[in-house]
Amino acid sequence: MPRRRAVAGLALVAGSLAGVVALRRRSARRRDRVDVYFEDGSMVSLADDAPEASTVLPLARRILETTRA
Amino acid sequence: MDGAQALSDLTEISSQIQAAIVLDADGSTLATTLDEQRGPEFAEAVQELLSAVQRASGNDEGKLAQAEIATGDGSVFLVRDEQRTIAATTGPEPTVGLVFYDLKSCLRGFAEPKPKPKPRARKPKAEDEGDAAA
Repeated sequence: MPRRRAVAGLALVAGSLAGVVALRRRSARRRDRVDVYFEDGSMVSLADDAPEASTVLPLARRILETTRA
Repeated sequence: MDGAQALSDLTEISSQIQAAIVLDADGSTLATTLDEQRGPEFAEAVQELLSAVQRASGNDEGKLAQAEIATGDGSVFLVRDEQRTIAATTGPEPTVGLVFYDLKSCLRGFAEPKPKPKPRARKPKAEDEGDAAA
């Protein structure tokens, strides 16, 4: 009986950890965006699923990798 | 102000900024916080990013002033003036306004002309010059 409880406890902890990791990954993906401000005061914000952002975001990731290498 | 010194001051003032580079209008590197090995790669990538951001924004008439490209791993910031571009990287979720402010201040430092050295005060002519002649 105690063994069953221990296994259940471990499963709960593992499930919680997996949930936290999944949530963090999801929220990290949500943060991906491109905000562009122009001299005339206008601004454009592109979300990561916007086709225009698909060329910009990989370049930014490359820069982050280069600077941290 | 010396370019390297300006960037050194920037990274000292803004703890969020991890790396930075200042490019001239023709794309040449004026100063960078990275070493000689990674500096050119950084400069090249920043120029590519600048072009990509301008294309992606679709605003052909408006001139790009600044941009933030945010990813889960960190952000890349771009700030431009008439002659230069400064790019900087930060960790995830930076204080955007503060980073832009620090980058603009740094860029202004590059634009300001170097202060002219103060003219030295002339030494008064030796009073005994005339006496010696006499």
